Amino acid sequence: MNVTVIRTGLSNLGSMVRALEECGAAVRVAEKAGDLDDAARVVLPGVGAFPEAMARLERDGFADALREHARRERPLLGVCLGMQLLADEGEEMGGAKGLGLVPGKVVALKVAEAGERLPHMGWNDVRPRGRSPLMRDTPDGGDFYFVHSYHFVPDDPADIAATTPYCGGFVSIVARGATFGAQFHPEKSSRAGARLLANFLAA
Amino acid sequence: MLKTRVIPTLLMRDGALVKGVGFESWRGVGGAMQGVKVFNARDVDELVLLDIGATPQGGEPDWMTLEDLARECFVPLTIGGGVRSIAHFERLLEIGADKVAVNSAAYESPHLIEEAARRFGVQCVVASIDVRRDGDGRATCVSGCGAQSRAIDPAAWAREVEQRGAGEILLTRVEYDGAMTGYDCDLIRAVSEAVSAPVIASGGAGRYEHMAEALAAGASAVAAGAMFQFTQATPAEAKAFLAARGVRVRRSAGPGLVR
Repeated sequence: MNVTVIRTGLSNLGSMVRALEECGAAVRVAEKAGDLDDAARVVLPGVGAFPEAMARLERDGFADALREHARRERPLLGVCLGMQLLADEGEEMGGAKGLGLVPGKVVALKVAEAGERLPHMGWNDVRPRGRSPLMRDTPDGGDFYFVHSYHFVPDDPADIAATTPYCGGFVSIVARGATFGAQFHPEKSSRAGARLLANFLAA
Repeated sequence: MLKTRVIPTLLMRDGALVKGVGFESWRGVGGAMQGVKVFNARDVDELVLLDIGATPQGGEPDWMTLEDLARECFVPLTIGGGVRSIAHFERLLEIGADKVAVNSAAYESPHLIEEAARRFGVQCVVASIDVRRDGDGRATCVSGCGAQSRAIDPAAWAREVEQRGAGEILLTRVEYDGAMTGYDCDLIRAVSEAVSAPVIASGGAGRYEHMAEALAAGASAVAAGAMFQFTQATPAEAKAFLAARGVRVRRSAGPGLVR
């Protein structure tokens, strides 16, 4: 199972590569946009702020390469900020355009219940909606690890593959064709996360 | 629902794990790799790894050791100690940290927090705040492994670093660290009320009851070092104890793909 992970210069690249290797994948790190030309499947990892990350993807040519990858219907997994970058736009830090691969916007989480703190940080439920291939055989009740302050609001409810109960509920997995996004960090979600990554590698 | 985290803290100096009492009398408690592997195998909620030698020795983070340790860690990892620049942030994230803790540098160059938050997002910027109390019980921030007074109230400082972009506060009562006699719940309450970011209570855990007390005082997560190193206590048991008292905790996943 080959997988290409994009080096954005802003991500927890090491964690992602190690987790994928642990799932049995042969991992290649894409240093430049051309490295995506023949990539079977791509992971866009994410730690960082939306505008800075998007500016880097555009500058390095990764943005167009990712759009081409998605156009060819090859599997793509955006993680955390990587998921948010799939959107049309994000409002973080003054706002910026996204990759536009899953229609929708990224907006700030807002406290809905007393006791909720922001950022949303820690382990929380991921409740699949419908049959999400990414969530196949994940341990029942297995939590996933989140660290984020913004969330993805898809235009098309059909793109919602899972939700998480915090701040009134937000979308924790999007899926549109072969393009997936996970708001949590599967690479840091222990066994449940490894299962999800293995599911992506089988996609 | 969001689960309450129980977080083992590993303190590292010269590549080995150490533990002291009140940030003094450090003694070795084994190899750092062993510690990371054990807690990873126990599927803990998160790990905090602080290189306490880096700032006092005026050095950089111990890159080689940290990279080796991060490679073995499949749970969320916060790394701190000697972090002074954006380049340090970038490199720590790249080698496998999920969050980066800043302590001394936050006082000396507060813009570091703003810049790190702008580039990497607030969610990976942890402000580590060490606190001592004087004879009158007044709390003051200290840094440099407790050596240097910063003459600022912890709640005020927590508010400031949150405004600058810290997404989490790691709050340690220095004198209680390693003492295993309970957290400083008044401190936890004051800081938790001052900020909206999650506060990790640190310093003083000796029994599971202490963790329940810290959570009742407003902490979002509880960290423990000595308790997990010197007693039979385990993070899993701590969570079972808390769950029995109505605290929502994460069940460790069953056997699966990853060690």
